[in-house]
Amino acid sequence: MKALQNFGEYTLLIFRAIAIPERWSEFFKQTGKEIYKLGVDSVWIVIFISVFIGAVITMQISLNVNTPLVPQFTFGYVTREIILLEFSSTIMCLILAGKVGSNIASEIGTMRVTEQIDALDIMGINSANYLIMPKMVAFMVFIPVLSILSMFFGIIGGYLVGFISSDIITIANYELGLRYWFYPYTIVYSIIKSVVFAFIISSIAAYFGYNVKGGALQVGKASTNSVVMSSVMILTFDLILTQLLLT
Amino acid sequence: MIEVKHLIKSFDDKVVLKDISTIFEPGITNLIIGRSGSGKTVLMKNLIGLMQPDSGEIRYNGRNIIAMKKNELKLLRREMGMLFQGSALFDSMTVLENVMFPLTMFTKDSYKERCKRAMFCLERVNLKGAENLYPAEISGGMMKRSGIARAIALNPKYLFCDEPNSGLDPKTALLIDDLVSDITKEYKMTTVINTHDMNSVMNIGEKIIFINQGRKAWEGTKDEIMNVNNKALNDFVFASDLFRKVKETENLAEQEG
Repeated sequence: MKALQNFGEYTLLIFRAIAIPERWSEFFKQTGKEIYKLGVDSVWIVIFISVFIGAVITMQISLNVNTPLVPQFTFGYVTREIILLEFSSTIMCLILAGKVGSNIASEIGTMRVTEQIDALDIMGINSANYLIMPKMVAFMVFIPVLSILSMFFGIIGGYLVGFISSDIITIANYELGLRYWFYPYTIVYSIIKSVVFAFIISSIAAYFGYNVKGGALQVGKASTNSVVMSSVMILTFDLILTQLLLT
Repeated sequence: MIEVKHLIKSFDDKVVLKDISTIFEPGITNLIIGRSGSGKTVLMKNLIGLMQPDSGEIRYNGRNIIAMKKNELKLLRREMGMLFQGSALFDSMTVLENVMFPLTMFTKDSYKERCKRAMFCLERVNLKGAENLYPAEISGGMMKRSGIARAIALNPKYLFCDEPNSGLDPKTALLIDDLVSDITKEYKMTTVINTHDMNSVMNIGEKIIFINQGRKAWEGTKDEIMNVNNKALNDFVFASDLFRKVKETENLAEQEG
């Protein structure tokens, strides 16, 4: 019953947030700031994680499928498929749910407990629209960039393994695997998923932050809850979207 | 003028406001006083439309806020200014940007005009020179003054202050009280102040409403409050040693004189 009530409140809040902005100039200004804060500031962590995970995936496959029956180029092929299909969208968004989601929830939550949201409401401003929509739009607009960066640097990570040790995989075999049976739709599929996940992360975090009651402790709790709920929803929608888009 | 008629508000089974009726007049400082948990914050939130009462009327110059549609309420809110207990300045903006914010959202003035108006408001509250500082870089008193500057930026008809001098030293608290009182008279605003500070009451209490356990227990002025035969009010007023001693001295002087 409580979950149903929360879902109802979430839906109403998002409907309030998705409205025509009071001032377009202010909306674009806010969105620009959010793109920098939520998106550009996340680039380094996306690159760092993608390179290492790309390298580890290649090494693990090589170490665990080390049999003459499986040609070496398949390690490159499997690395590409894992990175394109799941890592650059789902796993990256699970990581970003922690960074971006907690950022949104704590920022809006702090504004709630310090009466800044009440101040907006008193002025006659739709606070949900003013605070939440720029964050949702900014993150959904920038997530394809993060997703593509993740794909690129994940593949680079695999290359690094080839450079470090040709016993694990040779560069030529890795490149052959990357090109083998490539289906460009996987990139589109990954980007579609990441945009949906960006909506889930930003809207759920905003909901938890907007409805904080209490003080600093509750802001922390809201931040944690938003990450947990976003992660659950990302995994649920991963299943649904895979069924819808790939089968 | 704000007219409150038979206001009732409850949360679940607990009735927090019990049939409150009063009038807040323009050009004077109207104070709502009472102990913590007496219902004064709930009354204030009902007045500004952040809460919906169970029954009753709140009329702003005849317009009932409870029966208003969303758009009407939005327009009315542009006639309101509010000073919050913690000032509620936007952390990510400088003091000047905070004061300019309502002008940016609701006027078509150029940046130069908005800046000029914001600077005028900051000068009015003696904050010239602090315009480029962030809220985290200024003192509590300066934050309150910035909050007042932001509240008056759009020339509001109604000014609401929630505990305007909480957390301030007595001297700064008096400065804030005087500033609110001066601005009220200058712009002929209807000012409603929520406080439990007796120094404020004695300084600017031109009209005082005492709320006790959700009921309006007394209404009067600062000149009358010391000589009222109301136990709950007397307990509140003479809770501090200072006011008790003032009262004792007054009584002694009366007996001798």
